[in-house]
Amino acid sequence: MTAETLPAPAPSLTQDGTRLVFAGRLDAAAAASLWRPAKAAAEAASAPLELDLSAVEVLDTNGATLLLRAGGEAPRTTGASPAVAAVLARAVAAAAAPGPAGGKRRRFSPLAMIGAAAFGIGDKAAGWVAFLGEAAVTIGAYAVRPRGVRFGDLMRHLDEAGTRAFGLCILLGSLLGVILAFQSSIPMRQFGAEIFIPKLVGISLLRELGPLMAAIILAGRTGSAYAAELGTMTVNEEVDALKIMGIDPMRMLVLPRLLAGTLVMPVLALLLTLAGLIGMGAVMVGLGFPPTATMNQLSSSLTLGDMIGGLGKAACFGLAIAGIGCRSGLSAGRGPQAVGDAATGAVVGGIVSIVVLDGIFAVLFFRLGW
Amino acid sequence: MSAAAAPAHVAPGPDAPKVVTVDHLAMAFGARTLFRDVSFEVRAGEVFVILGGSGCGKSTLLKLMIGLFPPTAGTIEVLGNDIVTASGDARERMLKRIGVMWQSGALFGSMTLLENIMLPLEAHTKMPEEARREAARIKLGMVGLGDASNRLPAEISGGMAKRAGIARAMALDPPLLFLDEPSAGLDPITSAGLDKLIQDLARDLGTTFIVVTHELQSILAIGDRCIMLDKDAQGMIATGNPRELRDTATHPVVRAFFRREAM
Ligand SMILES: Nc1ncnc2c1ncn2[C@@H]1O[C@H](COP(=O)(O)OP(=O)(O)OP(=O)(O)O)[C@@H](O)[C@H]1O
Ligand SMILES: [Mg+2]
Repeated sequence: MTAETLPAPAPSLTQDGTRLVFAGRLDAAAAASLWRPAKAAAEAASAPLELDLSAVEVLDTNGATLLLRAGGEAPRTTGASPAVAAVLARAVAAAAAPGPAGGKRRRFSPLAMIGAAAFGIGDKAAGWVAFLGEAAVTIGAYAVRPRGVRFGDLMRHLDEAGTRAFGLCILLGSLLGVILAFQSSIPMRQFGAEIFIPKLVGISLLRELGPLMAAIILAGRTGSAYAAELGTMTVNEEVDALKIMGIDPMRMLVLPRLLAGTLVMPVLALLLTLAGLIGMGAVMVGLGFPPTATMNQLSSSLTLGDMIGGLGKAACFGLAIAGIGCRSGLSAGRGPQAVGDAATGAVVGGIVSIVVLDGIFAVLFFRLGW
Repeated sequence: MSAAAAPAHVAPGPDAPKVVTVDHLAMAFGARTLFRDVSFEVRAGEVFVILGGSGCGKSTLLKLMIGLFPPTAGTIEVLGNDIVTASGDARERMLKRIGVMWQSGALFGSMTLLENIMLPLEAHTKMPEEARREAARIKLGMVGLGDASNRLPAEISGGMAKRAGIARAMALDPPLLFLDEPSAGLDPITSAGLDKLIQDLARDLGTTFIVVTHELQSILAIGDRCIMLDKDAQGMIATGNPRELRDTATHPVVRAFFRREAM
């Protein structure tokens, strides 16, 4: 009597006083088609109905749900074949198993979420302080004795965060230069001051937009990648495995990424700025100024201080983005969703931190008169 | 429980219909050959066990049988269809009639256990929501997880994930179930309970089981027939009833396996 070879007799249900007579093959399809009548019969009856199963040829577990619905938790049956009785008995036993204990699914409740978030801020801040402390100790130890970072690892990270982003930086930089030059040419023309466009665009790019755009590229490309990599490792318990092996995840996983982020950012920012200046130069040619005039303007206005300020800022942005990416990954929860959350957190946190840092630098440079 | 009224599970005879036929199967990943010439058939209502050392290709053989990827050579017929060439409706209909428990559990992380098990019912049957919920609850009860139905996969233990995976494989009460190491990581009592469940389902519903397992106890308890794969031989080194193989096998690897000896 394999379920496989039998033709499927159409399932049916008829009521005969206080008896429900089931017939045919009771499986998921029967549970679908007979659910309503079975439920209606059970609800209309004052006492549990008796189930006549003598015409039931096959019963599987999904079909058994139908019998439980019709006859209650321990249905009274007649005429069941041994196999049918066995399936039903197992379903009855399984249905009687203790229900979920505690651990109720959290329902969507905005108020509770706000409360939890407020309480969570303290924990988050504590986690951050711990991370920053550990990172500082690790970096300090590395500065004193630069050992423990595998060269191959560092090169891989430099390549992934740096060289592979060159194309994007050049593309966005040159477009940015073109756009800035065109935009500023309109008001400048009113004063006949188009010749000063290189000054304006050059300083904005070198001091502000170059580092900022490069940082946004790094946050989107690399910060999220760090979070996803380390998040996956955390979720797969690989980070725990490292700790158990006595290997410091900070040194092995975080440090090379921090170094890479810090080192590539000045390069990316410089590349972006140069591409922007070339784009601006092209627009200037279009406006009738030869490249030499543009160069003269640039060399008379841009100082080494501007460059050091801009690139130093870029290095700090890189450190912040890499740190936030690593921290998001390492603090990931469990399950695949946690990896997505970590990546999102890295990008959002990275961009917010860049803007905040930029503000701090603006005040600092203003005070220092740079 | 009145299940005792039914006779114990008996292996189906050679006249039982064939559910799976594997013919001259060969599989290689790139230059790495797993096996060259594997042939066997599985009959309806049988508990068929695949044995072999770690990394010899048991999971791969299972994945070939459910058509996840094509073999290098040979044919596989499952429930009357060629699994390699089946497509569209035929494939869809066949997939509805098999259940798979993955070695890793492969539960959907964003759903509770109950929702994991309701999912195939929702996709493939017209059962109303209330009925699906009840059916899923019974499946979880059958594997002893009734009290964990509201938990997320990330919140349960490895052995619980295995059992939830089995419950999900059984969701549609398929006539053919593939289980990849169902009792690995379970305590002996839970593992024996699972063996009993497999035997009961084979007896009461005529469900066919293809099980990959290393657990000698469970192989001897539930296996009607088994094949043993071997990495070095790149193929089958034994086939037959596991209790007979234990007593009569001459191949050194097979003997070592059944006698728990180091080689
Ligand atoms: N998709 C794949 N691509 C390449 N190689 C693979 C792939 N899947 C498996 N392999 C290789 O095939 C071999 C057999 O793998 P398989 O998972 O089938 O082993 P197994 O017998 O199930 O082992 P275990 O008992 O440890 O689960 C392994 O060496 C594995 O590395
Ligand atoms: Mg395997």
